[in-house]
Amino acid sequence: MSDKTLIRGARILGGEPADLLLADGAIAGLGTDLDATGAVVVEAAGLVALPGFVDLHTHLRQPGREDAETILTGSQAAAVGGYTAVLAMANTNPVTDTAEAAERVLDLGVAAGYVDVQPVGAVTKDLEGHELAELGLMARSRARVRVFSDDGKCVHDARVMRRALEYVKAFGGVVSQHAQDPSLAPYGSACCHEGEISGQLGLPGWPGIAEEVIVARDVMLARHTGSRVHVAHVSTAGSVEVVRWAKSQGIDVTCEVTPHHLILTTDELLGYDPTYKVNPPLRPAEDVQALRAALADGTIDAVATDHAPHAKHDKEHAFVDAAFGMLGLETALSVVVTTMVETGLLDWAGVARVLSTNPARIAGLDGHGHEIAVGAPANITLVDPSAKVTVDRDASVSLSRNNPWHGRELTGAVHATFLRGKATVMEGKLQ
Amino acid sequence: MKKHLLSIDDLTVDDVHALFETAAEMHDVQRRDVKKLPALRGKTVINLFFEDSTRTRSSFEIAGKWLSADVINLSAKGSSTSKGESLRDTVLTVTAMGIDGLVMRHSASGAAHQVAGWLDIPVINAGDGTHEHPTQALLDAYTLTRRLGSLEGRHIAIVGDLTHSRVFRSGVKCLTKLGAEVTVVAPPTLMPSGITAWSKDAGFATSYDVDAVLPTADAVMMLRVQKERMSGGYFPTAREYTVGYGLTRSRLALLKEGAPILHPGPMNRGLEIAPEAADAASSAVLDQVSAGVAIRMSVLYHLLAGPSAAAATTGE
Repeated sequence: MSDKTLIRGARILGGEPADLLLADGAIAGLGTDLDATGAVVVEAAGLVALPGFVDLHTHLRQPGREDAETILTGSQAAAVGGYTAVLAMANTNPVTDTAEAAERVLDLGVAAGYVDVQPVGAVTKDLEGHELAELGLMARSRARVRVFSDDGKCVHDARVMRRALEYVKAFGGVVSQHAQDPSLAPYGSACCHEGEISGQLGLPGWPGIAEEVIVARDVMLARHTGSRVHVAHVSTAGSVEVVRWAKSQGIDVTCEVTPHHLILTTDELLGYDPTYKVNPPLRPAEDVQALRAALADGTIDAVATDHAPHAKHDKEHAFVDAAFGMLGLETALSVVVTTMVETGLLDWAGVARVLSTNPARIAGLDGHGHEIAVGAPANITLVDPSAKVTVDRDASVSLSRNNPWHGRELTGAVHATFLRGKATVMEGKLQ
Repeated sequence: MKKHLLSIDDLTVDDVHALFETAAEMHDVQRRDVKKLPALRGKTVINLFFEDSTRTRSSFEIAGKWLSADVINLSAKGSSTSKGESLRDTVLTVTAMGIDGLVMRHSASGAAHQVAGWLDIPVINAGDGTHEHPTQALLDAYTLTRRLGSLEGRHIAIVGDLTHSRVFRSGVKCLTKLGAEVTVVAPPTLMPSGITAWSKDAGFATSYDVDAVLPTADAVMMLRVQKERMSGGYFPTAREYTVGYGLTRSRLALLKEGAPILHPGPMNRGLEIAPEAADAASSAVLDQVSAGVAIRMSVLYHLLAGPSAAAATTGE
C-alpha cells in the first residue's frame, strides 16, 4: 500500500476546501488539484480538517485494571475519537511514579500504535500526597514526562504543592491539579454536587467551594513560585472566575474542561444511576453555562475527556459506593460540536485550539497540535460536521460501557484520523 | 398503587388513605388472641438488611408473619463493596431463591431504587441511607391521624438532624401530601443543602428557632441525633444542642395542650428529648411502634397479596 495519502477537498479548519498530501509522516502538499499519483485518495468534500486531537486527561487502566481498559483498547478508542495523542493518567496500579513505570506506559503505547501515549507522572509517591515522586527521573527518562498529576486525588498539602511547582521548573514541567479539598469534599463519600438535589436525595455533597479554594490557592502558589499550574477538569463558575482573574494577573495557569461538564447537569442524578457519578461531579446548569462561556473566551484552554473506563460490576453498586467516572474519548468531538459549534460559541479554528493546539502546548508535545501547513507532522482529524450520531454504548471499542451518552443524539462525527500520515480510522472505523 | 414502595413519591393521596384504611383493620388484629391472617400464605418475603436495625426489621418480620408469609431475615452487614461483590450480584443471588417480595435496608441513599430496577418482585424500602424511610413516614402520619383526625391544615414541627434523616425526608413529603403545614427546625449545620429552594418548591417552612415554632405546633416530631455527628463539627457540644434544640422539660410548656410528641427511636433521652417529654401523656412514641406493624402489614398486603389472598382476608 502506498505511504502517500491525498485528502481531497477538505475544508481546512472549516475554511476553504483544499487538498492535503500526506507523505513520509508529514504534510507534503497543501493546495488545490494536487497530483494524486501513487497516493491513496480520500474524498473529503464537506469534511473539516483539523489537527489531530490531544487529550490531556485519559485513564487507560493499564497496569492494574486491564479488564476495564488497556493501553491498546484505550488507544483505539482515542483514535476513533479523532485523537492522535493522549496523556495517560498516573493513577494506575501500580502508580506511574517512577521512570520505569512511565517508560512501560510509553512502550505499550508505541506497541499499540494508534495514538502517541504520553505518560503523566504522579506528583507524590503512590498518590499519597506526602513525598514527591521521582519527578526529575521521570522527566529525564525515555518517556520525557512533563505533566505531573495525582489525579483522582488532590495535592492538598500546600507545602507539597509548593515544592512540586518549584521542582518541575527545572525541566519545564507542569503540575495538573485535581482540585478537591478533601476536608470539604471527602474522598470516597462526597459523590455528587452539593445542592438542592443532593439535599433531597440524601447523598453526601461535593460543594463547588471544595474545588474553588484549591484553584485559588494554587494560582497563588504558581505566582509565588513562578511556575506553571494546570487545573484539571474545572467544573464550577467560581473556578472559572478565579482562573480568569489569575490570567489577567499574568499568572501561568491553564485549565481544561471535560465534555460532560459542558452539557450534563446535576439533574442526571435523579435516578441514582451511577453512570453519571463522576469526579468532580456534574454541576447545575448555571455552572455549565459559565464553563461554555469560559471555553469560548479562552479562559478555559482545553477540552480534556477524563475518559474513565470501568468494568460493569464496578458501577453496579449503590450510588455512593460505585466507581467515579465515565467514558469520553469516542464522543468528545460530538459533544464539543453539539455544545460549542452548533450554539455559535466556537468556530472550527476554536475547536482546533481547544482539542489540539492548546493541549499539545500545555503538555509539551512537540509532534502534535501543529497548524495545518506543509512540513508539519501529518496528524490530522477529518470531521463530518453535520452528521447526527445516536450514541450506542455497545458500538464502543473501549472495553468498558459506562457511557453517559448512550441513546442520545449528538452532532458531528470523526470521519478519519491520521497519525503521522497513517490512517488509524477511516469512515469512522478502526484501521 | 405502584409495584414498589421506594419513596413517598410513589404514593398518591388515595394510596395513602387506602393504606391507612387497611392498617386500621390490621391494627385490630393486634388485639386478637390469634394474631394471624392468611393473606400472604404461601408467600416468602426476605428482609435483607445491609445495615443494623432492630425495630424496623422486627416490625416487618412480625407484620409478615401475622399475614402468614414466610419471612426470612438476612443480614448483609457492611457494604457489598467491602465484601467484593456488587450490590446487583448480592440481590440477584438472594432473590433467585424464589421469593415474592424484598424488604431492604441499606446504608446508601438510592440503593433501593437501584435494586428495584434489577428485580421483578416488589421492593419495599426499609430505609436507604439518608434518603427515605417511607413506612416510617406512613406510620408517623397514621399515628397522627389517629390522634388528631385529618391532618389538613394541621401544623407539624419536625425538629433535629434533618441533614442525615431519612425519617425527615419521607415524613415531610407524607405530611404535606396529606395537607399538613410542616415546619422543620434545625441548626444551620444540620439543614440539608439547598433546603431554601427545596422548601419553597415543596411547600414547607424552615426555622432555626424551636421556641418560636413549638407554640403553634399541633404535633412535634423529634429526630434522633446520631452520636457520630457530635464529632463531625455539626454542633459544639451535646449540652449546647440540648439547650438549643432539645425538647426539654421547659419547652414542653410551649406545646399546645395534648399535642402529640413523636420520635422514631431509639431515643437519646436527655439529648434531643427529655424523659418528661418521652414519657408525657401526650407522647405517641409507643403508639408509633404499634402502628408500625399495622402499616407494614398494610404495605405488604397491598403489594404482595393477590386477589385470592384478599378474598381470604375478608373471609369471602
